[in-house]
Amino acid sequence: MRSPFRRRSATDLSPPAKLGAFVLLLAWAFIVLFPVYWLFVTSFKTPYEVDKGPFYIPFVDFQPTLDAWKYILFDLGNDTIRPYINTVIVGLSSSVIALSVGSLAAYALVRFTYRPRVGVVGLFIASIAFAFVPTAIGAPPLLGFASGIAIFAILTQTIGRRFVRAFGNSDIAFWLISQRILPPIAVAVPLYVLFQQVHLLDNIAALIVTYVATNLPIVVWLMRDYFASLPRELEESAAVDGASVYRIVRSIVLPISVPGLVATFLIVLIFAWNEFLIALVLTSANAQTMPLQVAAQNATRGPQWWAMSVLIIIMITPVVAMAVALERFITRGILVGALKG
Amino acid sequence: MASRNSAIDEPPREPGLPGPAPRRTATGRATDTLGAWRSDGAARWLFIWPAVLLILALSLFPLVASVALSLSKLVFNPGSVDLDFIGFSNYQQLLFGLERSHFLGVLKSPNPIGWAILIGTIGLAAASWIRTVRSGRVRPVGLALRLAGIVVLGGFVWLLVQTLASDGGRPGSVVVTLIFVFGGIALQLTLGLGLAMLAVQQVPWRRFFRILFLIPLTITPVGVGYMFLMMTDTSKGPFEPLWVALGLRNFTWVTDPWLARLAVIIGDTWQWTPFVFIVLLAALESLDQEVREAALVDGASRWQSFRHITLPALLPVTTTIVLIRIIEGFKIIDMPNILLGGGPGTATQSMTLQAYIDWNTLNLGRSAAVAYLLLILVSIVATVYVSFIRRRVTELA
Repeated sequence: MRSPFRRRSATDLSPPAKLGAFVLLLAWAFIVLFPVYWLFVTSFKTPYEVDKGPFYIPFVDFQPTLDAWKYILFDLGNDTIRPYINTVIVGLSSSVIALSVGSLAAYALVRFTYRPRVGVVGLFIASIAFAFVPTAIGAPPLLGFASGIAIFAILTQTIGRRFVRAFGNSDIAFWLISQRILPPIAVAVPLYVLFQQVHLLDNIAALIVTYVATNLPIVVWLMRDYFASLPRELEESAAVDGASVYRIVRSIVLPISVPGLVATFLIVLIFAWNEFLIALVLTSANAQTMPLQVAAQNATRGPQWWAMSVLIIIMITPVVAMAVALERFITRGILVGALKG
Repeated sequence: MASRNSAIDEPPREPGLPGPAPRRTATGRATDTLGAWRSDGAARWLFIWPAVLLILALSLFPLVASVALSLSKLVFNPGSVDLDFIGFSNYQQLLFGLERSHFLGVLKSPNPIGWAILIGTIGLAAASWIRTVRSGRVRPVGLALRLAGIVVLGGFVWLLVQTLASDGGRPGSVVVTLIFVFGGIALQLTLGLGLAMLAVQQVPWRRFFRILFLIPLTITPVGVGYMFLMMTDTSKGPFEPLWVALGLRNFTWVTDPWLARLAVIIGDTWQWTPFVFIVLLAALESLDQEVREAALVDGASRWQSFRHITLPALLPVTTTIVLIRIIEGFKIIDMPNILLGGGPGTATQSMTLQAYIDWNTLNLGRSAAVAYLLLILVSIVATVYVSFIRRRVTELA
């Protein structure tokens, strides 16, 4: 029988080194898996067994029961299913939108040059400040907003053209990522007011829009590095052959970026899937998501470990399934193949 | 090999799109053919504006509104709830007033070690600044900015030694947050890079490992908090026999500030190492293997091929992950809140947790003030990081 640790090519690791790598990976796998295993067995315990001390192995240490599962899936019924569906819709749609909008912006920041004038940005900030004046005297907010835009438009078309100093692409990227700095705590109340104005409270559309906006900077930054690391020869030769930018992006850049796109998609999906505080503030009954349900299991009688465990398990299952399905795209060789072709 | 490598390492901000038009104006538009101008011009705007507009739409109002909130106080009047404008008193309270010991910490004059650290850091920073001045390669504006950076750094170190390396000093939420962020990132980066390097090798079960390692990231942070609360329970948790065997049955790590902080960092690392791992894994996988193989065949050692081929290619994305983790890490709240409620005392109270507690007690003004100070702090840290470390590292690579 051939050893699983054999050398597969001249540049592969030696068998002992491979065994060492395997052992280290196994050790980390244990660290990752043990808490998850504990979650799993806890979901089959009764409150009494959780409280009595550690029991490790079902059927040996304790008699597993489906009580917690029944409670979450049937007794709570719609109170579990509705948040679950919401989480799926919000997570998937917001990450797909964020990924498409964000990777285009990332590509643009890598391949085009932008020179937003310092003065125009200053004018914009001044116009915003001005937009608050009518509102402060009592005019409707929309009027203030419109007047701010109008003033900005007039000013940029007149004096805006004279400014010379300009920001660069890296400044735009930094501005994008800086939008994630303000903690959700500070953003939550203003967002509540904002969505109240447009009557979108307790509506998953509000969550989708918010998560797209909060995840966009992450997509832009991860994909920007990714696109920058792609060899330019491919795009250059396509451009020489007369392909348009859209054609180059669609037929060359996106196909060879699949590993980066997949990794980024998984990350933003997970962020949207698990977000807690903004969902807490923006939703009440209809649009609640799963993280709120998990937190809700910390009731007046203390944390309901068994119910919480069930919720966490059913929450991570689809994400893990998606990771299983998408993992094969994060494989070597795609780029090498493209270069040879 | 050299030419291939330089193509991979091309800096991200190379102007203009490669296209049929060889000459471009300063704005990057091709000018000689109308067709190229049109498609380039439209794409330039089409690609970037949706992202910018979306973020503007959702970030401007909260940004302005929370300034207003931080300058006011929620007042309950008969029949209504009002926001009274109170100026900078929320900030004054946090930085100089009653809440100072909570926010900045108890400041005492540093002990000898503290002085040594302070003087050493400032000395090193000053020496490197003087070297930059002598080299004459940096313009006066750059020099002034660097000097400002050194002053800010000195201020941080001063705060750190006053609270940590002094007799009777105690760190406030700012210092605690810094400990969480930098302790956590150091661990996560080391583990994530190491695991990614191992998981690209042709070892058995590698698909299994890759998927398994992602699991901690997929659990909602609130859930991870409760999970670690279970794990760290010394009487009912799974490690109870271990505690008993070590004679620590009645030992509570919850009452020791440093053990409590360590527990938070361990929980945070458990959850966020996968983030570093997956991004670095994707980057490693997309490296051009031929270059590495050619180097190895030509007799380069594994360390040389890592140092000169793999590492430079990984550096840009690594610095990005660190930036994202800095920004996200400063917002740490669930782990200290659920594990310890910010305790013992306020030993694990991060800035966001402090803001959250103020928020829960309807002190919305002070909550917003804490959040804004966090914004300022992170902006400084991120700016310094991007302009000094990230840029330099990317140039190096």
